[in-house]
Amino acid sequence: MEWMAWTWPTAIFFIVIASLLIAFTVLAIRFPETPRVGILRIETTRGDRLFITLLGSAFINLAWLGLISGPQWGALIVCLVFAAAVFRWV
Amino acid sequence: MEKTVNHKAWLLVLPVLVLVAFSAVIPLMTVVNYSVQDSFGNNVFFWVGLEWFHEILTSERIHNALGRQLMFSAIILAIEIPLGVFIALNMPKRGIWASVCLVLMALPLLIPWNVVGTIWQVFGRVDIGLLGHTLAAMGIDYNYTQDAFDAWVTVIVMDVWHWTSLVALLAYAGLQSIPEAYYQAAKIDQASRWAVFRYIELPKMQGVLLIAILLRFMDSFMIYTEPFVVTGGGPGNATTFLSIDLVKMALGQFDLGPAAAFSIIYFLVILLISWVFYTVMTNLDKREGA
Repeated sequence: MEWMAWTWPTAIFFIVIASLLIAFTVLAIRFPETPRVGILRIETTRGDRLFITLLGSAFINLAWLGLISGPQWGALIVCLVFAAAVFRWV
Repeated sequence: MEKTVNHKAWLLVLPVLVLVAFSAVIPLMTVVNYSVQDSFGNNVFFWVGLEWFHEILTSERIHNALGRQLMFSAIILAIEIPLGVFIALNMPKRGIWASVCLVLMALPLLIPWNVVGTIWQVFGRVDIGLLGHTLAAMGIDYNYTQDAFDAWVTVIVMDVWHWTSLVALLAYAGLQSIPEAYYQAAKIDQASRWAVFRYIELPKMQGVLLIAILLRFMDSFMIYTEPFVVTGGGPGNATTFLSIDLVKMALGQFDLGPAAAFSIIYFLVILLISWVFYTVMTNLDKREGA
């Protein structure tokens, strides 16, 4: 595994993503749901909303890094607000 | 009929998962690990945090490459999609000539990228190439190795030559699926040629055209081999697109950290665009099916 050049922060990052995926898979099996149509006018399931949240969060972090030179945890707060909005309205 | 629910079937997907993990997920994880570190070789790494991402996002060199890349994709889409549709509309619908046309159209698609690049590299040369030599004989000052505009024209014409067939074949397949009754109804209504195209053919081609736009956009956005073989990214940086710049950074300069950060941003952009296209397409299908 040495060749992969692991660091603790990246390991934690991947553990969080993997845990989210597992949690949402278990949720989908235990509590099946019907897709709903939100403000984007597309059908989404919980998994879709998680994908939109993660992809959106990546761009929020990049935008924060490129445009605003504040501390990066600021972007994380924006991401959490974004995630709540996606799960509520999309 | 009642659907059988058996989650054990998921075990059958396991080999694919292992394969994808080995060929895509683990390398991608390694790229993420590289993107936050610096290395001088020998597998020794130093933590730098998000520095490389900041450098890439504020780098004028990357902004310029991205600008060129978007311009290239926009130009080839603006040419290939209407041209492909136009060719499909004019192809014979049945008979021997339909088969001849299909085979001829499919030919450029069968040629590997590096061969296409080599063909055009020679074809455009002023000293020995048919195109370059002919243009020079006509008194046109054309030299793709020295003039940025000529290099762009060559790369774009090459892409149009290579890939318009794909759009044409997809559009042709869309046209073939329109029942004859639609055209008969249009004839009874004395619809003009334009009206037939606008209200029958274009809506029926919508699905395949979206696929064509998606495929051509993704492919042109990731283009590497053809411009690399023809112009090598030059003259200067005139045809250095994103992937050419990425390879220069990763292999030419051995800047693994910045190149990894660059790859991740590149990947995210492609992921976003693919998702948008996929969502639009599946929703279109659902609306048509409803």
